[in-house]
Amino acid sequence: MFGKLDWSAIPITQPIPMITSVVIILVILGVLGLVAAKGWWPYLWREWITSVDHKRIGVMYGLLGVVMLIRGFADAIMMRTQQAAAIGGAQGYLEPEHYNQIFSAHGTIMIFFAAMPLVIAFMNFLVPLQLGVRDVAFPTLNSVSFWLTASGALLVNISLFVGEFARTGWLPYPPLSEGTYSPGVGVDYYLWAVQISGIGTLMTGINFVTTVLKMRCPGMSYLRMPMFTWTALASSLLIVAVFPILTATLAMLTLDRYFGFHFFTNDAGGAPMMFMNLIWAWGHPEVYILVLPAFGIFSEIFSTFSGKPLFGYRSMVAATLFICIVAMMTWLHHFFTMGAGAAVNTAFGISTSIIAVGTGVKIYNWIFTMYGGRVRMTVPMLWSMGFIFTFVIGGMTGVLLAVPPADFLTHNSMFLVAHFHNVIVGGVVFALFAGLEFWFPKAFGFRLHEGWGKAAFWFAFIGFWVTFTPLYILGLQGMTRRLQHVNIEEWRPMLLLSVVGVAILVVGAICQVIQLVVSILQRDRLRDTTGDPWDGRSLEWATPSPAPFFNFAVMPNVEGEEAYWGIKQRAIETQQLAPEPKYEAIEMPVNSPVGVYTAFFASVTGFALIWHIWWLAALALIGAYAGFVVFAWREVHEFEVPAEEVARVDRARRAAREAALARMAQAEGTAS
Amino acid sequence: MTDVPFPISREAVLRRREDPSLIGHGAHGPRDIVPGAGHGETGPASKRVIVGYGFWIFLLSDIVMFSCFFAAYAVLQGATAGGPSARDIVDLPRVGIETGALLLSSFTCGLSFAATNVRNKLWTQVFLALTALLGLVFVGLELQEFIELAARGATPQRSAFLSAFYTLVGCHGLHVSIGGLWLATMMAQLQVKGFRHEIVHRLICFNLFWHALDIVWVGVFSMVYLMGAAA
Repeated sequence: MFGKLDWSAIPITQPIPMITSVVIILVILGVLGLVAAKGWWPYLWREWITSVDHKRIGVMYGLLGVVMLIRGFADAIMMRTQQAAAIGGAQGYLEPEHYNQIFSAHGTIMIFFAAMPLVIAFMNFLVPLQLGVRDVAFPTLNSVSFWLTASGALLVNISLFVGEFARTGWLPYPPLSEGTYSPGVGVDYYLWAVQISGIGTLMTGINFVTTVLKMRCPGMSYLRMPMFTWTALASSLLIVAVFPILTATLAMLTLDRYFGFHFFTNDAGGAPMMFMNLIWAWGHPEVYILVLPAFGIFSEIFSTFSGKPLFGYRSMVAATLFICIVAMMTWLHHFFTMGAGAAVNTAFGISTSIIAVGTGVKIYNWIFTMYGGRVRMTVPMLWSMGFIFTFVIGGMTGVLLAVPPADFLTHNSMFLVAHFHNVIVGGVVFALFAGLEFWFPKAFGFRLHEGWGKAAFWFAFIGFWVTFTPLYILGLQGMTRRLQHVNIEEWRPMLLLSVVGVAILVVGAICQVIQLVVSILQRDRLRDTTGDPWDGRSLEWATPSPAPFFNFAVMPNVEGEEAYWGIKQRAIETQQLAPEPKYEAIEMPVNSPVGVYTAFFASVTGFALIWHIWWLAALALIGAYAGFVVFAWREVHEFEVPAEEVARVDRARRAAREAALARMAQAEGTAS
Repeated sequence: MTDVPFPISREAVLRRREDPSLIGHGAHGPRDIVPGAGHGETGPASKRVIVGYGFWIFLLSDIVMFSCFFAAYAVLQGATAGGPSARDIVDLPRVGIETGALLLSSFTCGLSFAATNVRNKLWTQVFLALTALLGLVFVGLELQEFIELAARGATPQRSAFLSAFYTLVGCHGLHVSIGGLWLATMMAQLQVKGFRHEIVHRLICFNLFWHALDIVWVGVFSMVYLMGAAA
């Protein structure tokens, strides 16, 4: 009846997952109870769960990403402390079986359910605003994408409480991940969670390619698009090009595990190394899917806080697209040790080194953007400058790893671990925190507290280096990755130092939480009244904070690069806003519960397939199909926002801008 | 929606926008701006262009997925583990009928859209039904092939080659089957709702999907069956 599922799936004997699960379940029940007691359900359902507004979906992606970031960070703390506590005779506090699940969950969660949702959160929130349009190309599909990602995250977290997670690393290499060597449900949890969220990501990619290429406001030609939108386009193109590879590869492994196929097995002619090639043909572009939008975030921040247009905008576009293409030609450097031969390894070593050229162009452009500018050392700017320092070092260790003979010595060592954390934390995570600080007022109407933000940056920056410098050194001394127990006594000081770094990072994370709480308490003092708190340059700053659900009362007509900067300068010169436009009624898409329905059935299907409950999987698929048909049958697709409502919102915006203009004129009067 | 001036009458613009042979053309000259075509400086594209374009991107991603199964087949083609090879399992007459049915179904699918273009519901439905029937013939023959092979012991569990064979061919067959389910749903929708905008947009997408499956089948037929029979 219930396939492989019975009471033994609940890990009663293991205190760590049991206590964590109980706490998580209590927290969830508490939140649900609070929501029910306060009567917030109708509001949540109407305004958030069924919302097809790209800004709301962006915020929900962000929330999901932050929650999973905390979960992944908890795994990281356990790994660092276990290694420091299991040297020589000591065994630490984690069993090998459990430790293997933790490092697998850490990587899976951080890449698929923390970094990806957070990057897509920014793409969702910003791209339509920067393009001067009212929504993405397919608003309802966007909601489906989000809920499918959430469904994948849910499955990973269920594995904590029911059954187990994979012990095979964040990419389940066969033959270890085959049914013969991993007979449990861990790898199945991985496969279905990643597969379901991967489909969501693919839909996001399709949506954003179409949005950027087909939905720009009048006058927004390609070379007038803000840099973040360019990088979002490049990232979406990569998603469309490589996520299907992930889908196909995991499907092959699934067939091996469920039906005894022989794609990657040791026997009957299977080819395990084919898995490595396929998975990295997705996996290497994946890191650029994450880091390109991060580069876009930094570009916007450097230009805004230097008070200058981005230096070398066109070379930045070219470098982005160069990286986008070359990203798909370097995958083999993840397994130089496969033994493909000197010629193949050399070719991939060269392509890997060449991709650093595109990144180098970007680094110089950012530095020259600051050069000669009036740099404001705000919190986003601190993260960005910390990024340049950190990322350049991470990039250089990467070039070192790109040299095949050197790679043979450092392959799968802690040096590699330090390198990719160096680029992903220093590149992607720093960008996410910088962007959070930068665009928070646009989403919520008030800025974040400056002092706590600076404290968070310094703790994170120093903590990062104290954590990972020792790992670089340990790697060069020969320590391999994923060790549950360390035999060599001499490594103790460095492992302990690394734990000190983690402690500093924890303080940084606490600062972030305090910053959020303090900012909410002081929101009236931090209120952004004009909608342009940082003296911004692109169109999102032309809207009030928070932006109305239709974004723009009248679609802007772009007449040059840096669309909003031009409008603003004209207003300052003439001391008045452009004449009031004629307001017209706006058509907006209606909300739809199809996203959350689809995700519900996807979660049930995934869970049923993991536990081999075939009837339930079939039932859920039929339910999903019925949901689609009902959705396709709907009569009403759009609703009309009356012209008076549009006028009311926009007149309030104009009044705020006029007041700001008057304040500026007055300030100049007293200065001169 | 946009405040771009309309150089020509609204009806002319709409006619132009909805004419499939003109979509994507003619927006490059300054004299010939087509609001809604979505390139360059003219503002967002019309819903029809956006839907079709997005679906094209999806099809590209689907073809990338097929390319992985093709690649796996190419790698594992010789890995027969002492079992049957491609030459032993190819039955060209049957696969010839399959191919004929599928290509013919693409033709009837095209005819259905010709009927859609002149908003003729009866003929649209007739040709869609023919398309479904031919699709059914194709899937039926493929199933028959699989069952016969399995009865001879050539199951996907036998060797890596057979795993790759069943997965590549079966993935295409699964696409055709899901396409058939979609087709049936579309016929019901068309019958109840008539040629509303969104129904026509979906019919465009269905046409694109069905033709793309044909293109993939040409690849499968050449690489698996023709090259297999010649090997």
